[in-house]
Amino acid sequence: MIASVGLEVHVQLRTNSKMFCGCENRFGHDPNVQVCPVCLGYPGALPVINGKAIELTVKTGLLLGCTINHRSKFDRKNYFYPDQAKNYQVSQYDQPLCSGGHVDIVLDGETKRIGITRIHLEEDVAKNIHFGDASGIDFNRGGTPLMEIVTEPDMSNADEAFAFLSALKQILQYGGVSDCNLEQGNIRCDINASVRPSGSDTLGVKTEIKNMNTFKGVHRALKYEIQRQIRDIEKGREIIQETRRWDDETGVTASMRTKEYAHDYRYFPEPDLLPVELTDAQIEAWKEGLPEMPADRRDRMVRDYGIPEYDAGVLAADRAVADFFEATARACGNGKAASNWVMTDMMRCLSERETDIASIRMAPEQLAALIGLVDKKVINMPAAREVFSILFEQGGDPETIVKDKGLVQVSDEGAIEGMVDQVIGEHAKSVEDYKAGKQAALQFLIGQVMRISKGKANPQVVRELFMRKLG
Amino acid sequence: MTDHSRLTFEGAADLLASGGATSADLVRALFNRIDAVDKTVCAYTWLDREQAVRDAEAADTLRASGGGGRYTGVPIAVKDVLNVKDQPCTCGSRILEGYTAPYDATVIRRLKDAGVVICGRVNMDEFAMGSSNENSAFGPVRNPWQPDHVPGGSSGGSAAAVAADEAIAALGSDTGGSIRQPASFCGCVGLKPSYGRVSRYGLTAYASSLDQIGPITKTVRDAAALLGLIAGHDSADSTSVQAETAGIGDDLGKGIKGMKLGLPREYFIDGMDPDVEARVRDAVEVCRGLGAEIVDVSLPRTKYAVGTYYIIATAEASANLARFDGVRYGARVEGDDPISMYGATRAAGFGSEVKRRIILGTYVLSSGYYDAYYLRAQKVRTLIREDFDHAFQSCDAILTPVAPTAAYRLGENTDDPLKMYLGDIFTVTANLAGICGLSVPCGFTSAHLPVGLQILGPAFRENTILRVGHTYEQATDWHTRRAMP
Ligand SMILES: [Zn+2]
Repeated sequence: MIASVGLEVHVQLRTNSKMFCGCENRFGHDPNVQVCPVCLGYPGALPVINGKAIELTVKTGLLLGCTINHRSKFDRKNYFYPDQAKNYQVSQYDQPLCSGGHVDIVLDGETKRIGITRIHLEEDVAKNIHFGDASGIDFNRGGTPLMEIVTEPDMSNADEAFAFLSALKQILQYGGVSDCNLEQGNIRCDINASVRPSGSDTLGVKTEIKNMNTFKGVHRALKYEIQRQIRDIEKGREIIQETRRWDDETGVTASMRTKEYAHDYRYFPEPDLLPVELTDAQIEAWKEGLPEMPADRRDRMVRDYGIPEYDAGVLAADRAVADFFEATARACGNGKAASNWVMTDMMRCLSERETDIASIRMAPEQLAALIGLVDKKVINMPAAREVFSILFEQGGDPETIVKDKGLVQVSDEGAIEGMVDQVIGEHAKSVEDYKAGKQAALQFLIGQVMRISKGKANPQVVRELFMRKLG
Repeated sequence: MTDHSRLTFEGAADLLASGGATSADLVRALFNRIDAVDKTVCAYTWLDREQAVRDAEAADTLRASGGGGRYTGVPIAVKDVLNVKDQPCTCGSRILEGYTAPYDATVIRRLKDAGVVICGRVNMDEFAMGSSNENSAFGPVRNPWQPDHVPGGSSGGSAAAVAADEAIAALGSDTGGSIRQPASFCGCVGLKPSYGRVSRYGLTAYASSLDQIGPITKTVRDAAALLGLIAGHDSADSTSVQAETAGIGDDLGKGIKGMKLGLPREYFIDGMDPDVEARVRDAVEVCRGLGAEIVDVSLPRTKYAVGTYYIIATAEASANLARFDGVRYGARVEGDDPISMYGATRAAGFGSEVKRRIILGTYVLSSGYYDAYYLRAQKVRTLIREDFDHAFQSCDAILTPVAPTAAYRLGENTDDPLKMYLGDIFTVTANLAGICGLSVPCGFTSAHLPVGLQILGPAFRENTILRVGHTYEQATDWHTRRAMP
């Protein structure tokens, strides 16, 4: 059996205001403070299109290789539900902003192209909140811009769907289109899945799983749902077209038994808004304003900073990380060192603290200054690591930290020589071993000097002295 | 002593400027008049006398200090469909019981900026759906000329208040004739501006692609003045147009000598009241006598207009009125769950004509019927617009009756919605085409009921129809007749 999976991805856009009114578009306020007559559906209030939302949607279309439609329009989608202030949603029915397009995903080293059917813009619904036997509605989210990306049923398993969503998220974050914060519901999606016998050209009957808000959830739900459909068909049961709900606790999908498919939304053109007309010049201007995409950035960083392609790829994967790296590299002039710090110590600290690079106190200039201190041999690497963890936690001036902690490296041969002699005197066995050709013994001896110097001795100078004295 | 309630909008402005009266005097005179006649006419749904007097006194203070403008302190009435901050806005419906508007409609803000005082709210057919003002939850308005007759609708309260001198002027709204037809029935001037001329922000929507706010007044000059105050692009209404608003009314005195006025044969039909036809043809002759050239024009798609109108208007209305669900404002009838609460609220809150139109509109948008009704109606609408484009190539303006009949008796047509709908035949075309139209008094039937002459002009050529209307009006004395002593 072969599975076909399509996704409808809803993305909250990074605009200052809502889709059709001036209310703030921000998460986390008290309920019903970001509201006005327009987004509350008061009598006589009229919508006005948010130009920034159009721009971000068109930019998404350009990033996904879509055709940008020079003329598109908004329509009313009619249905009664408390999360909808007007009892209709302003959406785009038959003339979306963008048509066609694709996202390339890489799985096990193989690239697969997932088709995009269309991208359109609509207003988000409010949030219903239930407390005990009462319900409330928070309209803060009501009327915020929501972009819907509809894919072709080109994915054939849960892994591909997961890879698609990850790739899409990267593009949207890179394009400045959305923060893609899953906890805040920035990306939600509906899944369409069907299975058919190998060799068959016609898609099987599909089921829809609505309101998925984590990528992991999509992955698990699809794994389950595809297996369920195959199992049912093998048992001779018919798959019925229906909406199913994913239960994250039990890990199964269940029929919602709603009359969802009987819904007649009675779409018609929104008479309060004029059609959206886009000129070539406007589209071109937006195209020019597009940020560099991950693959291009990776290649450029290899050229600009002389770092390995693999490293550049890892750094470029996250726009904020790449921004941090580039700012550091430019400030210190040592791309390799900047790359090493970000790739190793930074990544490790971020994952240990479960935070992201935008939230830490350390600034790229501070890391650059730290690299400068190492390059000028003011401190050695162990000391630098110590300074790094302080910077990561609280930021600050590396030079001051080095001074306060007394971490300045000792490179003066006169000062180090005494310690070297002391170690040679105390570790005759190791000295013997080294002379007999055991390189590991030298490492041990150097380590002893580092211990006595409390890490401040310049290991290079220590090594040279040993080699001279024992040579 | 003169009765200030008889003043025109311009006359009131002149009087205030000369110091012959204060705004507070005018407002009090209107309240006296309302006390005397509104028991008969039933035009007003809401008054806040104290607030109106306070606003008038504030205008007087401003004027005394040398501030304000020409119309500062002139009071007007507004149709109960326009949002005015801190006032109710019932739209003639039970479902908006308890609703207080939290904001000013753009036209209201513009009037307030000009110092105009809102003296009260006037009755209307529920949600502007109706042609007789019998569809109001607050009871019918009566025609001041003969109180057992209807005032027309849906802006029946606006027209009756002006005709009975309970208002110096009023704002109405016109979706298929709702300004021009009651103006005609009550012997007033009514102007429906071109679609997009006046911002709809704050006008409770009936049919968004057809609605326009406009004035109902005692003279054409007054209509021009009020349009000048409320017209102009508004960033809050995407369908309002960036058209030149300076100079509205500047052409009033230019006469109509040499103008070409079209007479469409489709607007003189079998079954229309012969008195109405005769008065309109008399008016045409007056225009000819004033130097206009009368030319025959044809608007062949007129016969499809009523059907087209009722499909488009009800389709839009079915969505526009979906927001009245008892959740956020207005009346609420509780239910076991949200959907049953909606059902109970809407069943109790809406009157039967509103329900009829919501059902009709829902039907024409339904899957399987959309193409046959809504889509086809949009195509016919384009053809009707082309009819006018074509006709206006051979004339400057078009003269027609406003309605096939004069005012009828209360209850006479209430059992026959279709007959009522057909009464809109001469007015709905202007809304479908987006052009402007003016109703001017042109005499009386043998039953002593007013008849209106409709002057239609190309989109954004309000100055042309105001010029024709004013020239005709000044050559006759119909507008000086008063409905009630
Ligand atoms: Zn808002």
